[in-house]
Amino acid sequence: MTNPAQRRSTSLAIISTGFVVLWLMVAAGPFLWTLWGSFKVQGDFFSKADWTNALYGVRTMVETGDFFTTNGYYGAWVEHGFGESVINTTIVVVSTVIISLTLGTLGGYALARSGFKYSFWILMLALVFRAMPHITLVSGYLLPFFEWNIWGYLPTSIIVLVAINQPFTLWMLHSFFLNIPKDMDESAMVDGCTRFQAFWHVIIPVMWPGVITTGLFSFLLAYNDFAVTASLLSQDNQTMIPKIASFLGTTQVEGNVMFAVAAVVSAMIPLFILVMFFQRQIVSGLTAGAVKG
Amino acid sequence: MPHRTFFWFIIPSLAAMILFIALPVISVITQSLHVEHEKVLISSENCGPFGCKQVTIVDVAATTQLRADQPLGQFSGFDNYTNRNHLAFDEVGLAWEGSENIGIFIKKLLNLPFYKALAFTLTYTFVVTPFVIVLGLAIALGVNALPKFAKGPTIFVSLLPMIVTPLIGSLILFWMIDGEGIIGASIQYLFNDPGLSLKASPALTWMMLIVYGIWHSAPFSFIVFYAGLQTVPADTLEAATIDGANRWQRIRYVVVPYMKPLVVFIMLMQLMDNFRVLEPIVSFASEASATSLSWIIYKDLTSDTQLFGSAAATSMLTIIGVAILLLPVLFRTWRDFSRTAH
Amino acid sequence: MGTIKTIALTATAAAILTSSAAFAACGIAGNANVSIMGNDFPALHAVFSAAEQCAGDGVTVTKNHNKDYKDLMVPALTANPAEYTALTVSNGTLVTLMNDDLVRPLDDLVAKHGSGLNKSQLVTVNGKVMAVAFMANAQHLFYRSDILEQVGMSADELQTYEQVLTAAKRIRDAGLMEYPVALNTKAGWNLGEEFVNMYLGTGADMFVPGTAKVSINNAHGVATLNMLKSLVSYSHPDYLTFDSNATQALWEGDKLALATMWGSRTAGVLDAEGSTEQVVMNTDFAAAPSFNGGTIPASSLWWDGFIISKNVSDADAEASFIAMMNGISTEMVQANNDAATWLIEGYKPSKAASGVTATAMNGAAPYPMYPFMGALHGAAGSELSDFLQGSESAGQALADMEAAYNVAAKEKGFL
Repeated sequence: MTNPAQRRSTSLAIISTGFVVLWLMVAAGPFLWTLWGSFKVQGDFFSKADWTNALYGVRTMVETGDFFTTNGYYGAWVEHGFGESVINTTIVVVSTVIISLTLGTLGGYALARSGFKYSFWILMLALVFRAMPHITLVSGYLLPFFEWNIWGYLPTSIIVLVAINQPFTLWMLHSFFLNIPKDMDESAMVDGCTRFQAFWHVIIPVMWPGVITTGLFSFLLAYNDFAVTASLLSQDNQTMIPKIASFLGTTQVEGNVMFAVAAVVSAMIPLFILVMFFQRQIVSGLTAGAVKG
Repeated sequence: MPHRTFFWFIIPSLAAMILFIALPVISVITQSLHVEHEKVLISSENCGPFGCKQVTIVDVAATTQLRADQPLGQFSGFDNYTNRNHLAFDEVGLAWEGSENIGIFIKKLLNLPFYKALAFTLTYTFVVTPFVIVLGLAIALGVNALPKFAKGPTIFVSLLPMIVTPLIGSLILFWMIDGEGIIGASIQYLFNDPGLSLKASPALTWMMLIVYGIWHSAPFSFIVFYAGLQTVPADTLEAATIDGANRWQRIRYVVVPYMKPLVVFIMLMQLMDNFRVLEPIVSFASEASATSLSWIIYKDLTSDTQLFGSAAATSMLTIIGVAILLLPVLFRTWRDFSRTAH
Repeated sequence: MGTIKTIALTATAAAILTSSAAFAACGIAGNANVSIMGNDFPALHAVFSAAEQCAGDGVTVTKNHNKDYKDLMVPALTANPAEYTALTVSNGTLVTLMNDDLVRPLDDLVAKHGSGLNKSQLVTVNGKVMAVAFMANAQHLFYRSDILEQVGMSADELQTYEQVLTAAKRIRDAGLMEYPVALNTKAGWNLGEEFVNMYLGTGADMFVPGTAKVSINNAHGVATLNMLKSLVSYSHPDYLTFDSNATQALWEGDKLALATMWGSRTAGVLDAEGSTEQVVMNTDFAAAPSFNGGTIPASSLWWDGFIISKNVSDADAEASFIAMMNGISTEMVQANNDAATWLIEGYKPSKAASGVTATAMNGAAPYPMYPFMGALHGAAGSELSDFLQGSESAGQALADMEAAYNVAAKEKGFL
């Protein structure tokens, strides 16, 4: 924003920037550590002997003869076919986001514009639904899904993820729609648009920041979900997070923790690209000016 | 908006929620009012790789008959809610009568699993939520003031704590805070106490979980506020500046009111999510010092003996707890809503 | 081992090598659907992959390794037809399935196709074969011979936990290690397992015979708790977070001299990864010690085996049994000798298996197969930490355990 009225004194800028830098260090620290450690062996990165081993790669040197190793990546991608679960995750995530946002914008818009008491109660009900712990819901799905023979397939998980995420999506989009003045769609309707045309041609273009932010959360929910995908997908359809969890081993048997670490780092790359791409939408999209109405 | 239009807009969303949440909730309520049908026990000789042993087993034929007669199990009323592993009415009553002072009573209360979990759950919720809101707003304002080229990478990095799966994120953090890990060792060095361990004492475990919670959730409120900031009308800010408002006043009197629906939204979501805290307790192996209601459900559903009725009862108690927590917020929303309603 | 079996196995091996019609070698007649689920670790990967070789004309074999298989197994096998025709289980999970009548008795299939099995591999309940065991596991003592030597003790002096405590004290007093001892004492399942192990060392019953009434709040229970508390006083203060991954890392990080850990972790400790030569060279294994004047090792023996679902067609059940028999063949064992302590013909025990073998030889009890054992195990896991941390008496901890057990057992219909 280049409005001259918003120029600030340098000292405020320094404090504000300093705060952001501090936050960035706290936010990024563990991941830089992980990124670094993913090129070490388990004996270094998860060392009980001395944490500086992870910096100097003492065991990595002994076990692989090199300062860095890509064994973790090789194990996850080549030996254990991490690529397949990346494809499954892509399918699940893209479908969940698209369906969630479609249902959510329609519903959220209606709730924000209705004004009748029942819309308030629907919102309340959605909130109560959201309070239900996911694991309770998932354990209830198992038997019917097995009986109807729909357990283990991607579409089943997608629908469940959409439904579980719907209360949140509704609430969030409803909040954003409330921020948009009613005059906008009402004047469009005076000009002869139907309600849906007004929604589609007038409101949605202004709503991009809200839709993208909500989409980001739907995305993260589907991307990071463990409770649903771990119990509802068969091994062939496994998504990334259950796959990563399967690298961790069990009580009795040692896992390949470094595969998990390498897989987590690999899983960050698409996220990086996506966020970089969409933040531009948030920032340079139809922002401040458009809401003037 | 006419009822008809409203109906067509909301129906897809509502259908999904009814099918996959409302119906399961009804079955959870039913389940919470039942215990399993009686098991008929008989004695049997079991043999295996390590020899034979006389043990008690379930008489499958007789039990199958009982199960067929009572597919839902035995109706038990509110037993699942009031037994020792939940609200523990009898035990609390006994503890109240048998305690000389309130301190002993509280100690006895916290020995009961539900109250132990509730104590941590509430502390966590009420500490983490305000911190997340304030920290998130502060970061959003800070990032919004950055030059354009820096915004993209900053947003990405700011989201990191939330977007890395908690499963692995907290596993790595758990090793970092170990006495032999980078953070743990640094803290020992800082406090000059080589025996200091964040995992050993309940107080430190609570602190660790709360700090993790703030760190993990701050990006959520940051990104919501940040998106909200993009919709603050520039002319209102301009007018405030012309009226002589300084930066702080502009934030306090223009930006914050504009963010109010978002504050309400974040508070609702955060109260709810924090009340259901689970992953850090599992990943940080903190069940000896800190448990939560969701963790009790998790334990009931994943232990060797799955306790569905118990899990259902705790789930319902969680929902009731969330409802109570949200009442003030809901009341406000209701007032605002009524004011603007037709 | 029958000759017919041997011939069949040789044929299988040949078929695998040429990767041709393996179905003929497995001898599955007609069309069948085999689907197997089990836990997710290398030994089971080996078994499942060998079973998968039976796929061929008209026979499909699908597998699913899932760490949380025990949360899925009951609904998966309750559906009719069941999602999985075969399942690998351990003695802890078999009872859960039997409680719900989901396991098919195997007597006829064993008679027809199981000639290669050792008698001891058959798990029978009330005279009927319910599962076929193929590998064993137990927690036993790991010790560092170099450190013991430095404090003037030998492995023979580690027969009892009292002696382990003496050794620990000497190691601490000599300034070698402040916290030389570790057990898998993470609150929850691990801690519950330690309680069960220690209590089994007393030789006493955990339940009133013939009923689901628990009887642990007694002198045996108190002795068990006190021994656990004495042991953890030589453990790092973080002990309530110690799972197998943590204890193994501690061991490999040269931080422990005496530990009770799973037999399945021995191979990981002995390999070249994660540890210095000093540690690996001096790591040795012994039977789990006894305690309190008893002679029974304070540990429980575990087996892993497979079951066949009840709710599947006879043809699928037979095909699954044949496929699983192929999965646990001698060839599989020879190719994966060190992946587990196998109970299968042809296994050559190595140093890694010595602790489990010694524990079994000394007469340790199998993990109890009571239908309500899980409830007690869970109660022990969550109610003991207060006592170990010193904020509660042994009597109170046992009373809490009993109360927690009673609620769970009542909900399951046992009381």
